Amino acid sequence: MANESGGRRATDRPGSLDGLLTSREIVVACGPGGVGKTTTAAAAAAMAAARIGGKVLVLTVDPARRLADALGIEGIGNVERRVPDDAFAHAGVRPKGELWAAMLDTKESWDALIRTHAPDERTRDEILANPLYRNISGRFVQSHDYIAMERLFEIHAEGTYDLIVVDTPPTRNALDFLDAPERMADFFSSRLLRWLIVPYRSRLVNFASKPFYQVADRILGTQFLEDIAEFFILFQSMYDGFVERARAVQRLLAERRTSFVVVSTLEAVPLREAEFFAEALTGRKLHLGAIVLNKVLPAYLRDPAAAALSERLTEQADSVAAALAPMVDAAEPQLRRVLAEVGQSFADYRVVAQREAEQQAMLQTAPETLVSVPFFDTDIYDLAGLLRLGARLFGE
Amino acid sequence: MVGLLDHQLVFVTGKGGVGKTTVASALALCAAEHGRRTLLCEVDAKGDVAAYLETGPTAFAAREVVPGLFAMSMDTEASLREYLRLNLRIPVVGRIGPLARAFDFVATAAPGVREILTVGKLCYEVRERHYDLVVVDAPATGHIVGQLTAPQAINELVKVGLIRSQTDWMVDILADAARTGLVIVTTPEEMPVNETMELAGRVERETKVQLASVIVNRVLPELFGHNEEEVFDHLCQPEVAAELGRLVDGDASPVLAAARLAVTLRRTRAGHLERLRGGLPPDVPMLYLPFLFTRFHGLRTIRQVAGSLSEELGF
Repeated sequence: MANESGGRRATDRPGSLDGLLTSREIVVACGPGGVGKTTTAAAAAAMAAARIGGKVLVLTVDPARRLADALGIEGIGNVERRVPDDAFAHAGVRPKGELWAAMLDTKESWDALIRTHAPDERTRDEILANPLYRNISGRFVQSHDYIAMERLFEIHAEGTYDLIVVDTPPTRNALDFLDAPERMADFFSSRLLRWLIVPYRSRLVNFASKPFYQVADRILGTQFLEDIAEFFILFQSMYDGFVERARAVQRLLAERRTSFVVVSTLEAVPLREAEFFAEALTGRKLHLGAIVLNKVLPAYLRDPAAAALSERLTEQADSVAAALAPMVDAAEPQLRRVLAEVGQSFADYRVVAQREAEQQAMLQTAPETLVSVPFFDTDIYDLAGLLRLGARLFGE
Repeated sequence: MVGLLDHQLVFVTGKGGVGKTTVASALALCAAEHGRRTLLCEVDAKGDVAAYLETGPTAFAAREVVPGLFAMSMDTEASLREYLRLNLRIPVVGRIGPLARAFDFVATAAPGVREILTVGKLCYEVRERHYDLVVVDAPATGHIVGQLTAPQAINELVKVGLIRSQTDWMVDILADAARTGLVIVTTPEEMPVNETMELAGRVERETKVQLASVIVNRVLPELFGHNEEEVFDHLCQPEVAAELGRLVDGDASPVLAAARLAVTLRRTRAGHLERLRGGLPPDVPMLYLPFLFTRFHGLRTIRQVAGSLSEELGF
């Protein structure tokens, strides 16, 4: 465990993120897809701004449109925007600090990165126009992984914010974005890369690589290989900048000012992925600050007395309906059906609640903080909703 | 429109967490049960297909896991090796090493390469008619368009060479609505519904693949009919609830609260379903799968889902 104190922080209250959000500069929300990661990140940031104070930024990847609307970040690309105090006032809250929000625009971020690192204007323009580059930066989502961390680094380096809460992009593999900076550095420092481009640079075919090129030429065609070579040659001019930058991003993630929050639901598949993720974080000496369990069903579903009552309700629906019918102004058969449905529905949900409680009990990873957030029966799409969720993140 | 099981190649995608792998597995099982020799391919190689079908790990070489149902997991390097063996007659053993490494490399820089090896293998199985139906547990919504447009993308990048001549027939298979279809799996919740509608638009605009169906997973049961809900509201009044508790000997409020939760959930979700139907082209069929209140997620669940699918498909 990378936690420097080796134990619970003094600021922690059990089941609350407030200690973490007070003590860190960067909090990264990660975990499997579809568990409410984006909303959780936004709620944590909103609470930090409202209760703790300072300038808080939530850097998000793909929020629901209504949420983006509520935060005022719909369609604004990479620009950071302040969430107006009006929005807080509307939710009946006077924030201590400022809440800012930004979306991640992959293509724009890549282009900005190229502009920063290109040695001269010609190289810059050639890269921006290269078909391979345009494919990477625009079409394929994998480049999200790296650019999200890169953008985080850049915003952090500007020093504008007291706290940055980052929502991570959906990745094929939960670890992709952690490894992305390292992979990027490896990629540019690889011998294979140089081996691949040498013949085109010198126009001499290296004897050792000859069979490779014969095959590669037949498959890909010389033109494509030359496009690749041109791309790599151009990129090599930015080699130092890139590698240095990727390493710096890597370091920032490992520093004690950064902490990770794994978000999951108690469904089997996401939870397994989340656990795997939590282990990987600690394995890499990154700080696992908390696990947030989202959409947890209410505890009363597991109440044995209620379960027994629901069974009696189903069994005795006939007699109960007969006795109650005068009180509720309904035909007896209809009331019987309603009572039986109520009993059956409880039994159904109880199975799910019980199964999920078991899942939680079996959780292998014991994080410093475990936060349980209940199932909200309506969608969250405004600041009031975020703060309601946020209150649960603060253990209230 | 062709019946879903009468296609030869069906890609199943969906937002993370909606049950994409479950539905893909169930669809494949359903097809096998209806007499189609079926291949189920897991592209993201997480091993979920093997777990759900309760079979040993899947590999690039397909294996019959249930009568008529074959399962494999995608491995782009193995796909490249197979491709070279079949097309270039390159003696593979021993010489593939550096080439595969280089390919891995190029694939990192030009990610279309990995996608083309995946799509290429799938289209190859279709072209050779090794199976009646190939069901693909495809990448999630964010990645699927890149996957489906890989042959076109390669066509734009590569002007000559063997790859170029190879991508044309793939495009033919993908663009043939009688052979190839895309299924988007969703749940009746806000984000999955948004992503489904966005993806449907992108698929229409950017790919040549036909959207064959949207499958809505985890549809909650309707507890009450319209009049019954009024009866339930009466039941929840404090004096009635108290009397109910007296009759069944306990505190009835948690049980009523649970029913209230079920009703509210169902209602919120019905709104999203309506929005989805309105946001999709009218000719795209929607299939509904019930929420399963099950204890464990395995072959038994997959069989239940396959049964529901079979009903929805009119068998």
